[in-house]
Amino acid sequence: MKIKSAESERHVLAVTVDNEPGILAKITGLFTARGYNIDSLTVADITEDHAVSRITIVTNGPPQVIDQIEAQLERLVPVHKVTDLTAAGPHVERELALIKVAGKGEARVEALRIAELFRAKVIDTTISSFVFELTGPPDKIDSFISLMRELGLVSVGRSGVVGMMRGAEGV
Amino acid sequence: MECLVDQGVEYVFGYPGGAVLPIYDELFGDERIRHILVRHEAGAAHAAEGYARATGKPGVVLVTSGPGATNAVTGIADAFLDSIPMVVITGQVPTALIGTDAFQEADTVGITRHCTKHNYLVKDPADLVATVEEAFRIATTGRPGPVVIDIPKDVQIAVPSESKTLVAPGSHRYAPQMVAPADQIAEAIELIANAQAPILYTGGGVINSGSRASELLRKFQDMTNAPLTSTLMGLGAFPNTHPDWLGMLGMHGTYEANMAMNKCDVMVCIGARFDDRVTGRLDAFSPDSTKIHIDIDRSSINKTVPVDLGILGDCATVLEQLIEAWGDRSPRDLGEWKARIAGWRARECLAYPDRSKKDPKAIMPQKAVERLYELTKEKSPIISTEVGQHQMWAAQYFGFDKPNKWLTSGGLGTMGYGMPAAIGAQLGNPDDLVIDIAGEASIQMNIQELGTASQYRLPVKIFILNNEYMGMVRQWQELTYESRYSNSYSDSLPDFVKLAEAYGWKGIRITDEADLDASIMAMIEHDGPVLVDCCVAKDANCLPMIPSGAAHTEMLLYGDEVGGTMDDEAKALV
Ligand SMILES: Cc1cc2nc3c(=O)[nH]c(=O)nc-3n(C[C@H](O)[C@H](O)[C@H](O)COP(=O)(O)OP(=O)(O)OC[C@H]3O[C@@H](n4cnc5c(N)ncnc54)[C@H](O)[C@@H]3O)c2cc1C
Ligand SMILES: Cc1ncc(C[n+]2csc(CCOP(=O)(O)OP(=O)(O)O)c2C)c(N)n1
Ligand SMILES: [Mg+2]
Repeated sequence: MKIKSAESERHVLAVTVDNEPGILAKITGLFTARGYNIDSLTVADITEDHAVSRITIVTNGPPQVIDQIEAQLERLVPVHKVTDLTAAGPHVERELALIKVAGKGEARVEALRIAELFRAKVIDTTISSFVFELTGPPDKIDSFISLMRELGLVSVGRSGVVGMMRGAEGV
Repeated sequence: MECLVDQGVEYVFGYPGGAVLPIYDELFGDERIRHILVRHEAGAAHAAEGYARATGKPGVVLVTSGPGATNAVTGIADAFLDSIPMVVITGQVPTALIGTDAFQEADTVGITRHCTKHNYLVKDPADLVATVEEAFRIATTGRPGPVVIDIPKDVQIAVPSESKTLVAPGSHRYAPQMVAPADQIAEAIELIANAQAPILYTGGGVINSGSRASELLRKFQDMTNAPLTSTLMGLGAFPNTHPDWLGMLGMHGTYEANMAMNKCDVMVCIGARFDDRVTGRLDAFSPDSTKIHIDIDRSSINKTVPVDLGILGDCATVLEQLIEAWGDRSPRDLGEWKARIAGWRARECLAYPDRSKKDPKAIMPQKAVERLYELTKEKSPIISTEVGQHQMWAAQYFGFDKPNKWLTSGGLGTMGYGMPAAIGAQLGNPDDLVIDIAGEASIQMNIQELGTASQYRLPVKIFILNNEYMGMVRQWQELTYESRYSNSYSDSLPDFVKLAEAYGWKGIRITDEADLDASIMAMIEHDGPVLVDCCVAKDANCLPMIPSGAAHTEMLLYGDEVGGTMDDEAKALV
């Protein structure tokens, strides 16, 4: 017996929610319970009174599933608004990564040179290691990490994507 | 307590325990709210569901922490899938003990997170009043559903110095869209008015929307002249006696309803959710129709079946808009379409074999339901069911012409739902005849609630179609597993008559068809609870049936040779 799967698309969703206990569990649980994918998820409160949080979710699935994900999110009482940045038009996406590289000699010099090209900042250094801080769209971070793999990559921490519409309008 | 009274609560279905003792103490001697003591918390939740479905008001449940809450979960999940308004108050260990594996601690909010419309853990007594208010609003508006409020024991005792509001007064964070945009209404009218083979496919949403929605549905059908079918959950919204009534659709629906769904050119789905029991194989579901879907929950629209026009709104409100927009158009001549339907009707798909092959003397279960209907319809009874063949026979052979008279567990399909639901319905409608049409296996799942009916002197009736099998399971085993009846025989059955008598009920057994009518009359006439053990044919199957993975046009009908096995694809479907 075969289990079918359909063509997937990547979508970035910006979700504003009441900042109340359990909301993150509700959202992540919804994804697991209904079999949706989460590529990344970030959350932090965004208003002065800490009452509202913004969650950015990167997901993938066929168009019909993406539509269901949005509808299911909107069904949750604490969810104010779901915006599909990918569908809504031009938007920016940024991610922050911390990347630790250890090595000596030629590799170390090369790592530093590439870091400059990528405009990564050195935020910690020892004689045999660097910690780089890099922000940018996820694919830029991907390529930096894959270059560092050759040059003594030790560990990676990534924040996940935060996204926003271009232009003067909200979201 | 005051909050509950403010919400108009008449009954609370519950069971006490350590973590809710403070609330129980408040209930003591309070005349305004009647507490109904069940025998198991599952019974409390189903009774609240039955009360809600039969009255349109929210059902309220009160249970203790830990096992009290976990026992109620089945009923909560049931209410979630069937969109039943319900507020469940659960006790919790004191706030300081949460997370310490304290005595009778369970993560109720975690456990019920995905089977409630919303849930709360109230940690600050100042939030309590606003939480209860919001819980009732969420449970009853939009698409109804269960809401759980978990209250730690110390929060129950504390007297708040002030009461906070969750949101600014007047502005509600939950505000479902009721009214549909005018352009969508116009587009729908255009499609319906020009259809040559329209069909109205209605569901539980019409019942959820209140009795006015059923009235408006009848009016709209009259204006458009379109034939109408309903899901299991929508029975009663449209009269079964109407010439345009096609009967229920879906897996055990009528031949004419399913054929008409398959061949229609415009389908208007009103408050139904294209459940898999209804659609059969998706790629063969009504392939050539333009589909309009009216639903209050956006996630129901385009979930499994893509539609051409999704209209977000409340059934009653949208029907009113449609009726107004229709104006004084006269209905189109649908003669040709109705003639085709008459052809399908002539197949008489509900005509069951007269006699059982194995036991020619046995009462046919379909016959028993037909007689029950004939002898009680004058009284317009409320019917609840358990889950299985008897449930489907009740849906097929009992007629409903009013909403809120049909209580069944459709989405979750919970055996053990029927008796507590009947108890709840009887409390909400003391003068109505309430009958649970049951199976001998299902009834044992909440048999303890016999005691609840006795205690509150509720004259509910239970009519068991006793086929000595989990008939629905046996039927699938016959169709799919070459009649290997693995564990589907109801062995070691109790003597139901004696059991009823032990609880102070009247018990009646029917074994001979000649006694059927008289025994049903005796049941109705007895002023008190009655359990009827109606022994029926053991081998009867429930048809028509769309087998798993089949299309609407591939129904099995009485007289078809059934049995054998299926390929893995079909076996994997439920
Ligand atoms: C053994 C068994 C066999 C079954 N066989 C069949 C069968 O043959 N045929 C069949 O039909 N069912 C059958 N069922 C039931 C089936 O599983 C589903 O429960 C049922 O089909 C769903 O009914 P519904 O589509 O009306 O939706 P419901 O579950 O009643 O949902 C209501 C829909 O209306 C919407 N709604 C709610 N309130 C409003 C409002 N105010 N305004 C607008 N929309 C609203 C909701 O968002 C939802 O989409 C069977 C169940 C069992 C246990
Ligand atoms: C709680 C629960 N467990 C199991 C099932 C699966 N199931 C569906 S119908 C059925 C048999 C019901 O037997 P009975 O009550 O005798 O009804 P019949 O089909 O014989 O009319 C079973 C076991 C279920 N629906 N609910
Ligand atoms: Mg049975």
